[in-house]
Amino acid sequence: MGKFNVLQHDLVPEHHVVPKKDEDKVLSEIGIARDLLPKISRSDPAIKALEEIHGPLESGTIIKIIRKSPTMGYSVYYRAISSEVFK
Amino acid sequence: MTGGISKRIYRIQFALLSPDEIRKMSQVKVITADTYDDDGYPIERGLMDLHMGVIEPGLKCATCGGKVDECPGHFGNIELAMPVVHVGFIKEIKTLLDSTCKSCGRIKLTEDEINSYAERFSQYSFSSSDPEIIGLMSKKVTDEASTRMVCPHCGTQQIKIILDKPTTFREEGIKVTPKEIRERLERIPDEDLQFFGLNNEVARPEWMVLTVLPVPPINVRPSITLETGERSEDDLTHKLVDIIRISQRLRESRDNGSPQLIIEDLWDLLQFHVTTYFDNQTAGIPPARHRSGRALKTLVQRLKGKEGRFRSNLSGKRVNFSARTVISPEPFLSINEVGVPEKAARELTVPVTVNIFNIDHVRELVARGPEARDSFGKYLAGVNYIIRPDGRRIKLTAQNAEENAKRVEPGWIVERQLTEGDIVLFNRQPSLHRMSMMGHTVRILTGQTFRFNLAVCTPYNADFDGDEMNLHIVQKEEARAEARIIMKVQEQIMSPRFGGPIIGGIHDHITAMFLLTHGNPLYTEAQTVHMLSYIKVDHMPPAEIVDGKRYYRGRDIFSLILPDGLNLKFASKLCSSAKEKCEFEDDPLDKEVYIVNGVMTHGTIDEAAVGSFSGEIIDKIFRKYGSEEAGKFIDNMTRLGVGFLTGRGFSTGINDYDIPDSAIARIDEISLQAIERTEKLVEAYRAGQLQPAPGRSVEDTLEIEVLSTTGAVRDESGKIASAFLGLSNPSVIMARSGARAKMLNISEVAGMVGQQSVRGGRLNRGYYNRTLPHFKPDDIGATARGFVKSSYKQGLNPLEYFMHSIGGREGLVDIAVRTSRSGYMQRRLINAFEDLKVDESLRVQDTVGAVIQFKYGEDGVDPTRSEKGETVDVDYLAFDIENQKEVE
Repeated sequence: MGKFNVLQHDLVPEHHVVPKKDEDKVLSEIGIARDLLPKISRSDPAIKALEEIHGPLESGTIIKIIRKSPTMGYSVYYRAISSEVFK
Repeated sequence: MTGGISKRIYRIQFALLSPDEIRKMSQVKVITADTYDDDGYPIERGLMDLHMGVIEPGLKCATCGGKVDECPGHFGNIELAMPVVHVGFIKEIKTLLDSTCKSCGRIKLTEDEINSYAERFSQYSFSSSDPEIIGLMSKKVTDEASTRMVCPHCGTQQIKIILDKPTTFREEGIKVTPKEIRERLERIPDEDLQFFGLNNEVARPEWMVLTVLPVPPINVRPSITLETGERSEDDLTHKLVDIIRISQRLRESRDNGSPQLIIEDLWDLLQFHVTTYFDNQTAGIPPARHRSGRALKTLVQRLKGKEGRFRSNLSGKRVNFSARTVISPEPFLSINEVGVPEKAARELTVPVTVNIFNIDHVRELVARGPEARDSFGKYLAGVNYIIRPDGRRIKLTAQNAEENAKRVEPGWIVERQLTEGDIVLFNRQPSLHRMSMMGHTVRILTGQTFRFNLAVCTPYNADFDGDEMNLHIVQKEEARAEARIIMKVQEQIMSPRFGGPIIGGIHDHITAMFLLTHGNPLYTEAQTVHMLSYIKVDHMPPAEIVDGKRYYRGRDIFSLILPDGLNLKFASKLCSSAKEKCEFEDDPLDKEVYIVNGVMTHGTIDEAAVGSFSGEIIDKIFRKYGSEEAGKFIDNMTRLGVGFLTGRGFSTGINDYDIPDSAIARIDEISLQAIERTEKLVEAYRAGQLQPAPGRSVEDTLEIEVLSTTGAVRDESGKIASAFLGLSNPSVIMARSGARAKMLNISEVAGMVGQQSVRGGRLNRGYYNRTLPHFKPDDIGATARGFVKSSYKQGLNPLEYFMHSIGGREGLVDIAVRTSRSGYMQRRLINAFEDLKVDESLRVQDTVGAVIQFKYGEDGVDPTRSEKGETVDVDYLAFDIENQKEVE
């Protein structure tokens, strides 16, 4: 059995790395400082899967998550990579 | 208090109070065990010394010169004759003694171990690391050190120290005195303290053995003067008196060279008093008692538990301008109102600031005095207090009212009694959702209870078996505006839980609406006028002339309370709930409610139309016309219901469950058949002939078979019984309309109660291999396992009664367990979410500003305004638009 990519699972929402050059644009668009963004752990399986594609990701990198929503069709969410390990 | 945060906590540090520090902060050395002299003046160097603060008006603090409200209080100190251990640090003292050498005081670790551990500890500073981690590391090190029986530093043989609870230490049965303990702790070098989690900059272990005791300020332990003029001291003062007295006797005995035995006894007594001064519920010693036999409330008792400072005074506060009493129903009040007893209204006040526009009105109010009534003896709001601009309060009496009315000037504040139309907050605990506290307008009523419309029972989860509720009078304009605009009952009709109405008709309201509309009956003019006299209408419904007399149709009467222009189509509960095809299935006149332009043409109004949780009509009125109309509809509907039932009458009794003897015989017959069938199944099982169902054991298969047999027979008996109980039967009306109970309950009364169960299976526990001692062991027949073939009306035989009780208990236990569990879970959720807020851009943030959601709920939808969780109800909109056209 080959290595399983969690991002391809139906129940896992789309995760995208926001390119470095676009980060400021995204932050000003949503009007929030980087340290106030919701966090995502470096050890999150989705981040590990993204690292397979993009190579190692710095902490603070913004991840754009697109979730399916029964009322909206889809909803966009942003999280910043954190080196903290959540208990 | 006004303004924001004036001080912020920057750092918090825990340390031990050193004897030096205790002496330094002390303003007086207390040496006399007395409080006041014969003139009632505080004795110098006594426990009420003026240096420790003042509690009597007129006196001045000897330390700071402040008067009663100015002096914050100051500490004193007691020099103990002999050291005693502090109960709060017993555990720490034990580990310290266990892991250090009794002669050299070093921790019992080799130099190598000390170095390697010291390195680990140095990574964690006391100021910034998790105390939990330091605690865990320290536990490991001290455990290791305490097992060493020879000191690695000086080679002394160690003796195991045993803690004789609560405060005595023994070495091979010989008592180690607190003095000896203190000496040993003094010997521990500063460098070794880190291994115990002690910060040597602020704590020395010997400080855990007390030589000096701080005496709290008098403000902490005020004495109270009784009406008789007698003084009564605080529990803490009593305890301190004991401590000083024993300490003095101990000092004298020691200095006179009394026998060792006497000194030791006194020393133990001192230890007891100091221990109980800290904690009067220490395990192992009897609590110190007051003369009356009441246990003293000392330091720990002041802080701990539900009645302690934290849970009672800091987390939970009592408020002024509130009232609490028993609740009772009043169907003639609007859902937005609450009936307040006169007695409460006289006590509760609203502050009115006097200005040039209201001064005449206010003067009239003041002139009325505090017991105002009109010429008919009816309640009028008066005034209790007047507050002058300098803050002085004048108590108004009937005598000084006239005079004070003249004195009132703009800028004064007048505390006016509650009056009709005031907005108040009404609350029932447990406050589980936001509808547990809603805004009501006041109606002053005679009597002793709070009263409200029955439709509001649902959001408060209230009934009238003795429930009490709280009332709060909002004091500021902003709060009143919020209460009116967002908290008022009519604004809370829609529940954020499921996007439908939570306020609606209950019990009799539903019964009445059902009877009024089902089959569209005719009512005489007299009957109609009686009903309509309960509601506010300005015209009669369209009449039908029969034999020259005017008659009115039920649906037309109901249509009077519907707003003009309402278009709605939905299925009644009547047909939707029945498992089998219902008798009205092909009768669109009864099955489907049809409302066009505010006129109901067919259908039956029942729970699905006007009930709380489900009322379709309430839901659509709220959406199309807003809260005001929805509130009015509920008011009218509940009143019309009462009007209808007072005219018609509605009741049920045991003979409503009479069914013909033939039917009873038939039910008996089928229940006997079921028992026989069970018997056969058991025989087949015992003979090993029972074929197991796929994936099941033979035993499981038997149980399933028996359950389906008994289940089928109950359904069957229910069907036989209900065949004789039609829609003219009051119980059936209640069940079918959704007012109360289910058809199942009726078949239990008239037909048979059926199989009892615990955890989804037949009863099987109790005695050894049987449920009750009346059966043979291993009897797995129907009766032995909880089949009840009687009906409630016939009565259960004793065996059946026990079986039924067993089954019934499960429900009770379930409720008890579930409420406490879910209550705690909900409490944790609320605590986690309490300071999140949604801002104008619909973003959810915490107090720091960290984002939780970028858009509330990730879709920005207010569940209160959603259509049962969906965005739109397309069917309704289509129907509404279609019919609007027709009207045009």
